Amino acid sequence: MTISISLEVNGRPVNAAVDPRTLLVELIRRDLQLTGTHVACDTSQCGACVVHVDGRAVKSCTMLAVQADGARVVTIEGLADGNTLHPVQEAFRACHGLQCGFCTPGMIMTAVDLLRRNPNPTDAEIREGLEGNICRCTGYQNIVRAIAQASETLRNQNAAA
Amino acid sequence: MHPFEYVRPATVDQAASAGGQGSYLAGGMTMLPSMKLRLSNPERLIDLGGLAELAGVTVTGDRVTIGAMTRHADVAHSADVRRVLPALAELAEGIGDPLVRNRGTIGGSIANNDPSADYPGAVLGLGATVVTNRREIAGDDFFTGMFTTALQPGELITRVSFPLPVRAAYAKFPSPASRYAMVGVFVAETRSGIRVAVTGAAACVYRLPEFEAALARRFAPDSLQGLTVSGDGFNQDLHGSAEYRASLVPVMARRAVAAALAR
Repeated sequence: MTISISLEVNGRPVNAAVDPRTLLVELIRRDLQLTGTHVACDTSQCGACVVHVDGRAVKSCTMLAVQADGARVVTIEGLADGNTLHPVQEAFRACHGLQCGFCTPGMIMTAVDLLRRNPNPTDAEIREGLEGNICRCTGYQNIVRAIAQASETLRNQNAAA
Repeated sequence: MHPFEYVRPATVDQAASAGGQGSYLAGGMTMLPSMKLRLSNPERLIDLGGLAELAGVTVTGDRVTIGAMTRHADVAHSADVRRVLPALAELAEGIGDPLVRNRGTIGGSIANNDPSADYPGAVLGLGATVVTNRREIAGDDFFTGMFTTALQPGELITRVSFPLPVRAAYAKFPSPASRYAMVGVFVAETRSGIRVAVTGAAACVYRLPEFEAALARRFAPDSLQGLTVSGDGFNQDLHGSAEYRASLVPVMARRAVAAALAR
């Protein structure tokens, strides 16, 4: 059985015919070759596969591609504006918010959603917001610092706009 | 994952008639991991994601009604729910993690009736009514055992209607790894009496009549002083023994009463 789906990924229309078993992350990585989204645990625990679906951060290993029919999907590749990194990406770079980097795409996608809902989070709120993302290098200190710095940048940008 | 036939009905009626020989997919936060592990192998998967009419929060008079496909995040962040039934918003905010809350639904949670799920505590603790495409089921009659409910094949939850209590709160001791409730206690002073529901501890959510009677005399944490529960038949896993869960029940109950009084 194959199902035809149409969605938008990073602003571009995508049409695909998929086996219903296909996970959204498989469509993204295998069919669309957008390998910035990672698969680590594959059991809905770790958050390495987080993407945005219709503006919400979700685990793409725990969603079928057919469930994204008609949706707007943004992956880590869709965040930067040309060569200008998204403020959250820039803050992860500046604060060294990564060690091996494997969890980083998911951390950043979760952080972008977190800051959209709560533009001025406390450190405790940032840590709570990262409940679904696991860093096995245990580099959380700098990840939290990066998100706090990004929140300031984004607030200044919004104030200036 | 084993192959399956996928259907995405456009109406509740279509979903109900497709349901006889298949499994419903709501938010998928339990269903899809179970299918990936081949613990669940439906031949037909009926995706409820197209039924926008099943999502949303309505406040009318003395009730708040949540559509079955309403995401946990939308209950947690609903200004209406926060205003009229903060205990339910707080419960929703504590489920899983933000990514799970962006997908998981109230209907999926209670239809699955995981012994450690949070929402069953609120449905039983508030005496909510579960509305399906066929009938209304009282919260007291809905949860029938581990992962089982009163739902019949092809019967679909459309919404859950919660009567507004005088005061209520939910206190849980989450598993540090999964955030599932090792023990969660929902306490409510309702218009028709005190209700205390426990989730996470046993095979299925259940009420504590002794605790309810003590709180009916006086609604205060120290009214529960000296009350204990037996851990016979309680869940046990690497996170805690049955005895440990039993010891948590009165603690969580007292915390819930204190939180309800502190509003």
